[in-house]
Amino acid sequence: MWTIIHKMGSPPWFFRFSGVLVRWLLPITISLLVMGAFWGLLVAPPDFRQGNSYRIIYIHVPAAVVALAGYYVMALAGAVSLIWRIKMADITMRAAAPVGAVLTAIALVTGAIWGKPTWGAWWVWDARITSMLILFFLYLGVVALFEAYENKTAAARACAVLSLVGTVNIPIIYKSVDWWYSLHQPASIKFTGESAIDSSMLYPLLLMILAFYCLFALTVLLNMRAELLWAHRESSWLKQLAGGA
Amino acid sequence: MYFESLSAVWHMDGHGFYVWLAYAFTAIPLALTVWLPINRIRQHWRWLQAEQRRAASASSGSANEAGG
Amino acid sequence: MSPDRPLLSLQAAFTRQFVRHMRSLMASPADVANPLLFFFMVVTLFPLGLGPDPERLAAIAPGILWVVALLASLMVSAKLFASDFEDGSLEQLALAPYPLAVLVLAEVAAHWLTTGFLLALVSPLFAIMLGLPEQGLPTLVASLLFGTMCLTLIGAVGSALTVSIRRGGLLLSLLIIPLNVPVLIFGTTAVAEAVIGGNPESWLALLAGLALGSLALTPLAIGAALRVSLDS
Repeated sequence: MWTIIHKMGSPPWFFRFSGVLVRWLLPITISLLVMGAFWGLLVAPPDFRQGNSYRIIYIHVPAAVVALAGYYVMALAGAVSLIWRIKMADITMRAAAPVGAVLTAIALVTGAIWGKPTWGAWWVWDARITSMLILFFLYLGVVALFEAYENKTAAARACAVLSLVGTVNIPIIYKSVDWWYSLHQPASIKFTGESAIDSSMLYPLLLMILAFYCLFALTVLLNMRAELLWAHRESSWLKQLAGGA
Repeated sequence: MYFESLSAVWHMDGHGFYVWLAYAFTAIPLALTVWLPINRIRQHWRWLQAEQRRAASASSGSANEAGG
Repeated sequence: MSPDRPLLSLQAAFTRQFVRHMRSLMASPADVANPLLFFFMVVTLFPLGLGPDPERLAAIAPGILWVVALLASLMVSAKLFASDFEDGSLEQLALAPYPLAVLVLAEVAAHWLTTGFLLALVSPLFAIMLGLPEQGLPTLVASLLFGTMCLTLIGAVGSALTVSIRRGGLLLSLLIIPLNVPVLIFGTTAVAEAVIGGNPESWLALLAGLALGSLALTPLAIGAALRVSLDS
């Protein structure tokens, strides 16, 4: 266990390891995305109530799921950075925040676009969209806090504290928004029949969720590599790599 | 395959605009989030190699096998 | 802390910190009155903006009162640690041989007593001005008592995180508004339920639970955040 953590914390080792990983992940992610989109857009049958507009689910739900999971990844990295003071965890956290924010934004925009044909309005204060909006603010807070600190080590630790507080709060936020919505829900826009999703629609959805997870991992790794390259530009291991290439 | 023709795919029974708009608003930011760090890595890498060459040419008054 | 004096017990240190902070807050009554005045004035804006129709105002009064209370607490939490940070007493606090979380809690408690607590006490006045039905008043006060406790503690985390940043005010609101969402929802729902004769107790219990939870957890976060701010 400790040797793994130590290895992960060593920039040269991580740089080589992530290089191999990225080389595999990039084609896998692209093919998964293309397959999932093809299946969801062209092969799956339309929903009997919403028609073809439900096909937005194949990007909206994966983006929302991975955005939420991304916050936990970020907070976990933050906890590691606070407890063990591992530099690599700081870099992970910093790399994950903007990716999560982009995914949340995608979930919001696609949710709004989906709302127009379904509810007749671009924006409806639906429980899921509202919690996504709050998650978006949480991500923006982490990104903004990181930018506000001059000292980047302190910035990472401050963001770690913030994201841990956010992690404790997220289940409460989701639950409270859920209750809030069910209390105020007008009868005309109830949409609770989607729990029984047919397998012909479910499989492409699962595929897309997997694809988005791969995409998240890929972009976080790429961001980390870019960050490492710049942070260690003066170090000998990197010079050797660059010289040997 | 659910759709019969390409125009049916485009139209999606009147929902095509929304579906394709949503997919475009997903594809463009996602492509950017992948491309931007790749581009940054490439730039940093190029900078590093240029630096290496500079260092090599500065020190190689006697030995030029350091490059490459 | 001079070495010849015997060390205080943790409790005594807490009390001393509390009294010290309370005194410095009491020294400037205007600072204590400001959030209340802000509350008053913003509440006045709503009838001006929405029209004086009593029924409509009464219907949205719980929401107005709670949102304004949230804004008032946001406004004051920006200043929570600012003066202590500037005059260096925060650094001394961090060096003291007591857990920083406990000492900080004393400060936050004093801060809450002069802001959130007072706000909850005077809130019925503004509620009556907005035409909130009388059966909602006890719940309003109770919900604001628990709720401002949460708001102050969460605000203290944000304040501790941003105290070393020069223009931290706007950033602070970005950090803590999303964290305050559950408090707002539970608080307004409790008052709205009380007005229609429903069941406010369960919502008040949720708020009390949130308050206890934040009381247990946020001091650790505040302490950690203050150490980060002092290091940067």
